[in-house]
Amino acid sequence: MEYGFTTAAYVVAAVLFILSLGGLSGQESAKRAVWYGIVGMGIAVFATLIGPGSGLWLLSLLLIAGGGAIGYQLANRVQMTQMPELVAAMHSLVGLAAVFVGLIAHVELGRVLAMGAEEKQALDGFAKLLAKKTATEVSILRVELFLGIFIGAVTFTGSVIAYGKLAGKVTSAATKLPGGHMLNAGAAGLSLITLIWYFNTGGFFPLFLMTLAALFIGYHLIMGIGGADMPVVVSMLNSYSGWAAAAIGFSLGNDLLIVVGALVGSSGAILSYIMCKAMNRSFVSVILGGFGGSTGPAMEVEGEQVAIDADGVATALEEADSVIIIPGYGMAVAQAQQNVAELTRRLRAKGKEVRFAIHPVAGRLPGHMNVLLAEAKVPYDIVMEMDEINEDFPETDVAIVIGSNDIVNPAAQEDPNSPIAGMPVLECWKAKQVFVSKRGQGTGYSGIENPLFFKENTRMFYGDAKASLDQLLTLIQ
Amino acid sequence: MGKTRGTKKVKIGTPKEVTTGEARVAMTPDSARQLQKLGHECAIETGAGEAAGFSDALYEEAGVEIIKTAAALWKASDIIAKVRQPNETELKRLNSKKTLISFFNPAGNEEGMELAKSKGASVVAMEMVPRISRAQKMDALSSMANIAGYRAVIEAGNNFGRFFTGQITAAGKVPPAKVLVVGAGVAGLAAIGTSTSLGAITLAFDVRPEVAEQVESMGAEFVYLDFEEEQADGASSGGYASVSSPEFREAQLAKFRELAPEVDIVITTALIPNREAPELWTEDMVAAMKPGSVIVDLAAEKGGNCKLTVADEKVVTENGVTIIGYTDFPSRMAAQSSSLYATNIRHMMTDLTPEKDGQVVHDMEDDVIRGSTVTHAGEITFPPPPPKVQAIAAQKKPEVKELTPEEIRAKEVADFKAATKQQVTLLGVGGALMLLVGLFAPVSFMQHFIVFVLACFVGFQVIWNVAHSLHTPLMAVTNAISSIIILGALMQIGSGSFLVILLAALSVFMAGINIFGGFLVTRRMLAMFQKS
Repeated sequence: MEYGFTTAAYVVAAVLFILSLGGLSGQESAKRAVWYGIVGMGIAVFATLIGPGSGLWLLSLLLIAGGGAIGYQLANRVQMTQMPELVAAMHSLVGLAAVFVGLIAHVELGRVLAMGAEEKQALDGFAKLLAKKTATEVSILRVELFLGIFIGAVTFTGSVIAYGKLAGKVTSAATKLPGGHMLNAGAAGLSLITLIWYFNTGGFFPLFLMTLAALFIGYHLIMGIGGADMPVVVSMLNSYSGWAAAAIGFSLGNDLLIVVGALVGSSGAILSYIMCKAMNRSFVSVILGGFGGSTGPAMEVEGEQVAIDADGVATALEEADSVIIIPGYGMAVAQAQQNVAELTRRLRAKGKEVRFAIHPVAGRLPGHMNVLLAEAKVPYDIVMEMDEINEDFPETDVAIVIGSNDIVNPAAQEDPNSPIAGMPVLECWKAKQVFVSKRGQGTGYSGIENPLFFKENTRMFYGDAKASLDQLLTLIQ
Repeated sequence: MGKTRGTKKVKIGTPKEVTTGEARVAMTPDSARQLQKLGHECAIETGAGEAAGFSDALYEEAGVEIIKTAAALWKASDIIAKVRQPNETELKRLNSKKTLISFFNPAGNEEGMELAKSKGASVVAMEMVPRISRAQKMDALSSMANIAGYRAVIEAGNNFGRFFTGQITAAGKVPPAKVLVVGAGVAGLAAIGTSTSLGAITLAFDVRPEVAEQVESMGAEFVYLDFEEEQADGASSGGYASVSSPEFREAQLAKFRELAPEVDIVITTALIPNREAPELWTEDMVAAMKPGSVIVDLAAEKGGNCKLTVADEKVVTENGVTIIGYTDFPSRMAAQSSSLYATNIRHMMTDLTPEKDGQVVHDMEDDVIRGSTVTHAGEITFPPPPPKVQAIAAQKKPEVKELTPEEIRAKEVADFKAATKQQVTLLGVGGALMLLVGLFAPVSFMQHFIVFVLACFVGFQVIWNVAHSLHTPLMAVTNAISSIIILGALMQIGSGSFLVILLAALSVFMAGINIFGGFLVTRRMLAMFQKS
């Protein structure tokens, strides 16, 4: 088939992909947007298969079908609470694929360059494209595929570790090998040296060395980041997988790869930025792991945590007119979203105003809480973002905090020495009454005391979130 | 200061109050039951609760030992809980093994403290309980003030010849009474609450402007002064009012003079710790009031906020204004005040018995216990050091003042200029870099590069509009889309060696998983988002 047809198909696919991402601006248009993406992908794959350069299309189709079957199973089996793991695992596949494609490009380049002029004439497909390149273009190509492999390799091991951490298979604490960031810097330095080496020689060994270094960076970087920073990590890896695709696109001279890679890359970058802003931390400090040192002694927390039982909570809820529920990772861990939804339904049936306040970094994935609540059939129009609802707390009778801690910590506003000072938080303590459902008296991820628990209008509702809500549901009919 | 630990079960005894007219009692059958749960024994002098409506039989039922005489009770008890400041006879019955919990007026009771010290006894003065959140449950001053505030309104109503609430009846129109409450402390707020709920128009004044909100929340109107001065923050003086400047006082009196002819009932509750009560309602104001008006002076014990007040008495002035100077409002509601006071005492005992095992630990490191203890282990420990914790949050600094339209405009212009400058700089730097690349890179690269830059640009524009709640689907869908890497593998799979085919095949396979997995899971998620 003609090259022109493929290009035209690519343009259509690119437009469809852009519409697909743009459609995610609203819940209703998003349902349509997914179809744009699917059709775009279908067109792109079809055009490539019949376009110049491809061969063995029967094998290709079989492989896609095989992969598709596994993907289908995965997508249907996954629990909504496991979404972060799934996303991380899938990123690792993209990273690995990018590494492979980059390596192939390297092998092909070596083969083509070794050929004489007559042999080059006989080539077709990707090799033909390579054969046409001038010396400068070959050099640029080397840099491009080098970058593609580097980013792909970092994405691969990084995603595998992120998956392990989210699935609880790797310790979620921030652990570093002795040497810490120096090891990363060393590996990055090594990669830079091999780049120059490869640029000049084109040999396989520097490429191999760099791949190992990049794999190590991916592993070590993510190992050093704690579980609660995972929203940033996952969106960062999302971004990387896009940049890897774009770099490969450059080396293959494929515009669609470049466009989509850039779209995905910028999407991940924006998500990382939003997450970092929500935690009031710089991207660098998240990536380098751990909280910055505090500048002085933290404010003393005075008072006592007053516990309350289900009866007390039920009575307060019966009397309340407006309720705001603040879910956090604890709700996901306890799988309590169904009970939360049931409670919401019953309260709404009594004519009370029930809303949800979602902090941007609640959970382990951007938007994680929204998906869990949607799964439990909580209507999305009562699920609010932090900026939409933060001003409504003073007029709210009851705020219920379920399994969140740092995102409702008043120290962020009141104590300039707190490690989370300046982080935007949900001001639930301004509600007339606050109930905190929590397993025990421990601190949150950041390990800092939460003065909210000691406030006079706060009552602690200790116990596993799901069990506590079960108890509560028997009292509220 | 160490900890002193008892060895046997502690007996808490409550004698009959010796002050004439005092009807309250420091232990009720209910509080005795709670105290026994802490592992203590309880005893009471026969007839101690009679005046408050608790008979000996009720106490016996609650497991309290009835002791015939006061002397025997003081002898048998390890801890004596009472209401009023003890007299000399009572203090002489103390010894080094005994603890007394009572109102003690330590600031004006030097001899009492000396006597207790010489006996080696520990004395916990209930009025010294620090005003911190944790200690609210033992704050007897507040619980008594609450009763006094309520009772003040009731007494006023008793002496006031009209309704509180306005009514329109067949027999004519009744105007509502106008009540002014001076001092919005605990007693003042209780008075405001009672007065508004009876239907009177209630005005309230306090020198601490920050209580205006509390006053208004109770349904009363706060009386503001036309006076510009930085008021001392209530938080710096433990939540109590401090002495005000002469100018401020003048402005305040002027306001009262203006109000005097209008109001029917005045309830004054202004007290400054350890000082004579300030004179707020002067004789000329009393003279200006309508006949039949009532003044209730809750500060009568400390000299009164009105000079005409006679402590413990009700007087009627020449122009027919009744001035009530009773000092025993809580005692006039003995059943209620006894049960609240007994609960305060019981909470104090809970703090003194941290293990709930009947063993008293007088922990002088504890803010509340340290603050309220006036003599301990043969030493006078009054006045206490300031509590380690600042009790009340410092007053919020006023919000940034409203900007005038011009200022807002100027700010907007400045912001716009800054944004423009930033954007132009970025564009300039970006453009220069671009040109630099263009100088060296071949045309084929530049073509792709332009596509790349434009795609990034489109990406940034599009992604900012994505709803926050759809971030997880966004990640899933971008993940599916990023398997576009499959194109690279497909392009290469046909050209070349076995190694190439193997690697390409693996890539195609993995990307295949991703495409289907990513899109399907996104669809699954989006299908769940439902509108109510």
